[in-house]
Amino acid sequence: MASVHAIPSIEERFEFTSGAKRNLLIGGAIGLALIIIGAFLLANGSGHETAHAAENAANAGADHGATAAQHEAGAAGGHGGSSWMTRIWANIWLNAVYFTGISVIGMFFMSYNYLAQAGWSVVFKRIPEALPSFLPVTGVIMLITFFLGGHDLFHWTHEDLYDASNEGYDAIIDGKSGFLNTPFFLIRLVLYFVGWYFLWTVLRKASLEEDRIGGLTNYDKSVKFGTAFLVFFAVTSSTSAWDFVMSIETHWFSTMFGWYTLASWHVTGLAVITLMVVTLRERGYLKAVNHSHLQDLGKFVFAFSIFWTYVWFAQFLLIYYANLPEEIIHYKERFSGYGGIYRAPFFINLILNFFFPFLVLMTRDSKRTHSILKLACWSIIVGHYFDFYVNIMPGTVGANAGFGPVEFGFILVFACAFIWFVSAQLAKANLIPKNHPMLEESLHHDIA
Amino acid sequence: MAELTGKYLVGVFDDDDVILHAIPKLRKAGVKIHEVYSPFPIHGLDDALGHPRTRIGIAAFLFGLTGCACALTMMTWMLGFDWPMNIGGKDYISLPNFIPITFEMTVLFTAFGMVTTFFVTNGLSPNPAPVLFDPRSTDNKFVMAIEMGKNKMSEEDITKALRDLGAGEVNIKQF
Repeated sequence: MASVHAIPSIEERFEFTSGAKRNLLIGGAIGLALIIIGAFLLANGSGHETAHAAENAANAGADHGATAAQHEAGAAGGHGGSSWMTRIWANIWLNAVYFTGISVIGMFFMSYNYLAQAGWSVVFKRIPEALPSFLPVTGVIMLITFFLGGHDLFHWTHEDLYDASNEGYDAIIDGKSGFLNTPFFLIRLVLYFVGWYFLWTVLRKASLEEDRIGGLTNYDKSVKFGTAFLVFFAVTSSTSAWDFVMSIETHWFSTMFGWYTLASWHVTGLAVITLMVVTLRERGYLKAVNHSHLQDLGKFVFAFSIFWTYVWFAQFLLIYYANLPEEIIHYKERFSGYGGIYRAPFFINLILNFFFPFLVLMTRDSKRTHSILKLACWSIIVGHYFDFYVNIMPGTVGANAGFGPVEFGFILVFACAFIWFVSAQLAKANLIPKNHPMLEESLHHDIA
Repeated sequence: MAELTGKYLVGVFDDDDVILHAIPKLRKAGVKIHEVYSPFPIHGLDDALGHPRTRIGIAAFLFGLTGCACALTMMTWMLGFDWPMNIGGKDYISLPNFIPITFEMTVLFTAFGMVTTFFVTNGLSPNPAPVLFDPRSTDNKFVMAIEMGKNKMSEEDITKALRDLGAGEVNIKQF
């Protein structure tokens, strides 16, 4: 029916209460304490594990990729500092990559909605709009981590690999040095974050100005810059995935990897957006978001969880079928390498990211129910942490990986910081973009 | 669709909005509406008429499940028992190899099953006899059919209500 529902007020201000701030600080402090305790425990009990790691990694390599595995193991133990420091660096890197993804997807979501001139998503547009404010934080963290812990994380940063006279010379890695060298890597790293963040500030500024003066100029500008972002992101989403994640296992490569990481980031970002919309609604905000919006968000999460699975499987099946030693080592390490410690996260990854949301979000009613949406979103958010865990940990910490206070601590610290930045950003503007030209359409969104 | 019998009152409207707003008022007055015919889909019409939601989703799920089971059974029997073949040194029955075909068969069964279900439940056999209360409902008019046998109100009352709510004409159709 042509809008039987009454439209609630669109004047809403999100309040970042001092209570919430206090809780976030406590959360961050607990996280920090966990990290310190965990690091202390690791540092005092890790003396013998380094040699153990090399041995295990060599086993994982089995007959073929033995040299490769020894190199990776060298990165984990022999070259850099102690293995517990590697584990700390790996954890920081993992969380930074994960939260970078969520943040940049906010911009991605806004941009394709502008390009498609979508109306339905306008009413909760401020939420994806707030996410990229965390980008500078992860950018700086990644830069520092690369400087301090780069040798522990990235095997290809070691100089002796490129010297043909050296015993440790690696022809394969040397062949990649045109792309994978420290100066170019740093240039790219900075370029990604500056590019993403700059384009976001343009959209954000236009959006805030639109609230003040209305009209179409800011909308048109947003469409243009959003499109520019999509072009930029089309390239940088792939290259950043190679740089941040794939280059850790320097010998191995997959042509699906850019897509794979984008799919992973995307569905996590959508789950975070949906979770935030639902949470805000439960706290009395975003009253103008109706069940049709929720169902469409649920569909987005559902569809892109399947898309991730599709890409995951496309990568897996080809490698599994072809069974080439230099490719299959990637899955062998995760399936049976390092004493099989990665098998559990490997399957948890599939269950939380595909089977559970697929079955739970299938019906229409479940996508309109807060509790079920929240459950599915949490499943995906946790699941994709494990997705990155399974991708980053074997190549960095190898057999010394685990899931203890350090992991929980870093998740907590990053999550609290992320929520802090996003909440602060949300509080800066009216929760509903009141002069957006498509707002009226969005308020009446009804998919029956 | 079952063969129609009996006597129907047919209200002809000029405007989709008018007919949409007439429906809740008629239903409130106790008129049971048989169906509304329109040249194009009207947003919110199903809700206004109080039609139950389609159950084709459940059918689709079951068709998909059937396709999934068929594919897995077929490949397990073929490659595992009837004619085992060594493909890339993999097990005869290896789930990852089966997934693409399982996926395709699931989609195929779901699609065909849904289309068939749709045709059957809507009586769309070849050469269907169209049920037209007023041929203009395929052009520019919005037509509401009310079955007299199922309504307690008198013909005059319903006709008057229809006219009051904006129907241009009210005709009688006997099957």
